[in-house]
Amino acid sequence: MAAIQISQVEKSYKTLKALSGVSLTIEEGEFFGLLGPNGAGKTTLISIIAGLNRADAGRVTIHGHDVVRDYRAARQRLGVVPQELVFDPFFTVRETLRMQSGYFGLKKNDQWIDEVMHNLDLTSKADTNMRALSGGMKRRVLVAQALVHKPPVIVLDEPTAGVDVELRQTLWKFVSRLNREGHTVVLTTHYLEEAQALCNRIAMLKAGKVVALDSTSALIKRISGSQLVLRLARGSLPMALQSALTQSDADQAENEFTLRVNDYAEVEPILAILRESGAVIEDMQLKQADLEDVFIQIMGGEK
Amino acid sequence: MIGFQTLLYKEVLRFWKVATQTITAPIMTAMLYLLIFGHVLEAHVQVYPGVRYTAFLIPGLVMMSVLQNAFANTSSSLIQSKITGNLVFVLLPPLSHWTLFSAYVLAAVVRGLAVGAGVFIITAWFANLSFVAPIWILIFALLGASMLGTMGLIAGIWAEKFDQLAAFQNFLIMPATFLSGVFYSIHSLPPFWQAVSRFNPFFYMIDGFRYGFFGQSDVNPLVSVSIVSVFFFALVALAISLLKSGYKLRH
Repeated sequence: MAAIQISQVEKSYKTLKALSGVSLTIEEGEFFGLLGPNGAGKTTLISIIAGLNRADAGRVTIHGHDVVRDYRAARQRLGVVPQELVFDPFFTVRETLRMQSGYFGLKKNDQWIDEVMHNLDLTSKADTNMRALSGGMKRRVLVAQALVHKPPVIVLDEPTAGVDVELRQTLWKFVSRLNREGHTVVLTTHYLEEAQALCNRIAMLKAGKVVALDSTSALIKRISGSQLVLRLARGSLPMALQSALTQSDADQAENEFTLRVNDYAEVEPILAILRESGAVIEDMQLKQADLEDVFIQIMGGEK
Repeated sequence: MIGFQTLLYKEVLRFWKVATQTITAPIMTAMLYLLIFGHVLEAHVQVYPGVRYTAFLIPGLVMMSVLQNAFANTSSSLIQSKITGNLVFVLLPPLSHWTLFSAYVLAAVVRGLAVGAGVFIITAWFANLSFVAPIWILIFALLGASMLGTMGLIAGIWAEKFDQLAAFQNFLIMPATFLSGVFYSIHSLPPFWQAVSRFNPFFYMIDGFRYGFFGQSDVNPLVSVSIVSVFFFALVALAISLLKSGYKLRH
């Protein structure tokens, strides 16, 4: 059974069409990335999955339970880390986590709460009031709150936005462990290296539509070969090399050029042409294509 | 059931942690009303034969405090959670509409009764009160607190900003409580205003509550309890349907 099944979901806010006919199936045990620029509809989609928003049309199920009609069973199986940094200023970290457990019907949950706090480096803050925590610590509590009921499906909406390296590493270590133990993870992020490293499958959303859906490796293969980035100290790019320029080159500095190369053997002739033209290379890098290149290509492609 | 208990506990803890503002302050306000109105009117007004004005006033003030604080609890909790965004913590879990409703309203009843009891304990020293029919005291206190807790829930769901809630409170709840016979018997009013007062559900709550103390009232308490119950159940139905539809909570 699919962990999350999204079928033909539509959603409008007054005049803005946020989602137009989104369908996705996320299988159990996947680490799934939901990518897209700001305003693409990622958070709207997550809110519909979580029951915070209502779809205008279409339906969403979690482990087969409809998020509207069978909302209690659906929500019991779902843990959501919201994007906004929200907290209840009346309570301490432990109080917050105990209450969240209680809302999910769990009473004596301290053992798991302690484990979650330990894994998110929150133990020393257990009895601190939420108000007194730094932004990063508050973010950790939000993650912990989403995990108190050991949900089989975990949704993280930009959990690492504005978060330091240490927390990112702690978080990914813990979430990856949960994924290995069988939890399905859905992640939205603007850090594409993160998505590339963690997600086995990725959907890209643009203006409320799914514009790409594939395994991470298949997506990266869409951009064949590598890129040669050159910075010239003197001279300009000879005509013979102009045709190898990539799309993203236009954004670069005047003396910087990005050339597409299919394999290493192509590098040498390029250097020879440059030498002949009298150009002097100041800096040179050979880059493998990554998710960011795919992302730029797909997002730029359908204007 | 654990979900309900937890939400109730959280809602009670929320006002208890700021008890100076949520319990002590309203008790102080009621005391001031008693001192000022009691002092000014004691010699001039006698509403029921054999009942001093201060004694007449105390049940009214107790009930007014119960009602206003029950309303304040649900409405302020909801609007704060909506504005700070932490309402998601109760919207994400599998809490049913009835669980949300009953936990919020019961916490409001607890606060209303806590403040009411506080007002009563402090003001009872100023007059010789009788307790002719304590069961009516209890029934009207519970019913009134539940009804205003429900109204607060509806107002909290509806309001998007603090000033909208303040408008609800200042232009609806305050006039309705002040004009409900806390400070006077509606029989002292001109016929037109007497008739208007009979459309005010708060009047029946205060009148019935007072009957429990003195065995005297403007309206038969059975009539009052029926009218208040009808209002209450209508509001419950409205609140549940709002929670079910996700009105202003789930967009």
